[in-house]
Amino acid sequence: MTTERERRFPGPRRGQLGFAIALLVVSVLLLAQIGAQTRWIAGAELFAQPRFWPAVGLGLMTGLAALYLVRLPWRRFTRADAAEALKWLAALEFVAWFLVYVWLVPIVGYLPVTMVFVPALAWRMGYRSARWMAGSVALAVAIVVLFKSVLAVRIPGAAAYDHLPDGLRSFFILHF
Amino acid sequence: MDLLVSALEILMRWDVALALLTGSVGGVLIGAIPGVGPAVAIAILLPATFSMEPIVGLTVLLGIYGSSMYGGAIPAILINTPGTAVNALTTYDGYPMTVRGEPRRALSLAYSASFFGGVFSVVCLILFAPVLAKVAPLFGSREIFLAALLGLILVVVAHRGQALIAGVMAGFGIFLQTIGMEPVKYTQRYTFETQVLSGGIDLIVVVLGLFALSQAFVLLTDEDKTIHTTQLRGGLFQGLRELARHPRVAGVSAGLGVVMGMIPGVGEFTAQFMSYTYAQRTSNRPEDFGRGSSEGLIAAETANNAVPAAAMVPLLALGIPGEALTAMMLSVFYVHNVVPGPGLFQTRMDFVVALYLALLILNLLVLVFLLGATTQLVKVVKIPNRFLGIAILTLSFVGVYSLRNSATDCMLVAGFGLLGFVLKRLSLPVVPIILGMVLGGIMEVKLRAAMARVKTPWDFIDRPVAFLLFVVILLVLAVQLRRGWIEGRALRAAMRDER
Repeated sequence: MTTERERRFPGPRRGQLGFAIALLVVSVLLLAQIGAQTRWIAGAELFAQPRFWPAVGLGLMTGLAALYLVRLPWRRFTRADAAEALKWLAALEFVAWFLVYVWLVPIVGYLPVTMVFVPALAWRMGYRSARWMAGSVALAVAIVVLFKSVLAVRIPGAAAYDHLPDGLRSFFILHF
Repeated sequence: MDLLVSALEILMRWDVALALLTGSVGGVLIGAIPGVGPAVAIAILLPATFSMEPIVGLTVLLGIYGSSMYGGAIPAILINTPGTAVNALTTYDGYPMTVRGEPRRALSLAYSASFFGGVFSVVCLILFAPVLAKVAPLFGSREIFLAALLGLILVVVAHRGQALIAGVMAGFGIFLQTIGMEPVKYTQRYTFETQVLSGGIDLIVVVLGLFALSQAFVLLTDEDKTIHTTQLRGGLFQGLRELARHPRVAGVSAGLGVVMGMIPGVGEFTAQFMSYTYAQRTSNRPEDFGRGSSEGLIAAETANNAVPAAAMVPLLALGIPGEALTAMMLSVFYVHNVVPGPGLFQTRMDFVVALYLALLILNLLVLVFLLGATTQLVKVVKIPNRFLGIAILTLSFVGVYSLRNSATDCMLVAGFGLLGFVLKRLSLPVVPIILGMVLGGIMEVKLRAAMARVKTPWDFIDRPVAFLLFVVILLVLAVQLRRGWIEGRALRAAMRDER
């Protein structure tokens, strides 16, 4: 049966206990490092100490995280918590996609990698018709043209562009 | 008059005109797509605006901020799904109107109310600008420290029922901004002797992770939803006439939007709920609220659109952002060495007025665009969730990599993206982390400067503004403690009854 305290909790139950424990553990570990990771300057005022603001931030974090855990209406893990943890892990797949993309851009080039990355991820997500594939390529080209060619954001030319003929190389480095 | 002319001179350039157009149309599109929202768009575009002049970059970002709420009303009214979080209240009365066959009337009314709210707030702020210019110089280091502290406390207590975890997140934000080389004694803080952390953690990296990448993960791990939209036929001009029949509701809601927008941490939600409650209490037909009341729709849409211009006041006058979007905009100022704060009102008043005029023009552009293009815009509502996730993931790369071409930044963004994903899944607050970072940095600098001139604790609040801010902080804390005590007592009573 759900208790009044549980009913008043603003948010889902699944995953809350694990997150609250992890938060407190991280806060305590960081606070425990304050002596080694910050310095106390002899003779300097308290508010000017390099240690003061990390102590304020971590003190707030640790104290309130402990209070939050104590006031959490649940004390036991359930199957829903395990399912939630799996959902968190599922996001790691997309972290991997993102990091592979980051790794490939400086090597192969922003335009070619994006033109493969977007349709590949669209295929993985189930958008496999010719219409979606064409849409994905169009989206990839639009993103590169808008940001690199039009807005000229700072994304350096790829190593692979060095193998292009002279005129084409500088064009690709500048625009794609 | 001279001020107005020089402000107009700043605006009369092709790049500013293009920024106005891009910001307004882009904002509407972003708002109309549920699952994107202005925070994601601003986080992605932020580094791209660094190469623009401050007025151009800020106009694009302000355009997205201001016009996304117009666009957000479209899915709120047509499919009962708010395009942006602040359009949630629009669904209460907008969707019932659609159900009973009046989608055109609901959209038209929402646009007209939003336009009124937006224009009202800009006009108010242009009129108040000279007063602000006189008040802003009264803020020295200690007053700005106290105002930033008040802002942080308000952000935490505004998360009703979640103040404890909001406090944890604010503490985390304060901690994050201390990482790296500390600027006074030049010592390393929490770098774990790594080169990667010695430069500190960039606010944009955190913003992109917590807002953009986390949203991509949310969308990619979710299922696509089937969306059925209603056919729209006919014009959309009737809303202006209907709005004119409810001047009291529109006026009070816009006023509440302006006042609430200026208070850090309060913003659209409080303004909307206060306006909605006021409109319902004073209506001749309170029973219609939640069932397609035109007054309810006016109250919600007018109040939320009055906020963006007002939210710029603490940012411009004191350099203190009141919520996540203005915190992101602060970095545009810093990149260009334009320091918002009391000095800006004294030395660059034309720039401030130009920004407000840009907002005024934006509201006009958005209204015209929406009146003409709504029928076509309805199509963007149908873009599948997970495809949007792919787009956001790809765009997040541009945002972070263009900062300093650092793979480490990308890894940090991925880490913050995961954290944001978990926080969103658990319905825990994200915004206090950003404000903790921004306001924590301001508090550190200002407290150090203020304490150099203070001998006793009383000296800290011996100036009128500082004393007033101190009293307000004590009041807010007292109210929060009292609220906690009352809620605790009610909970204990309910638990006793349960047994």
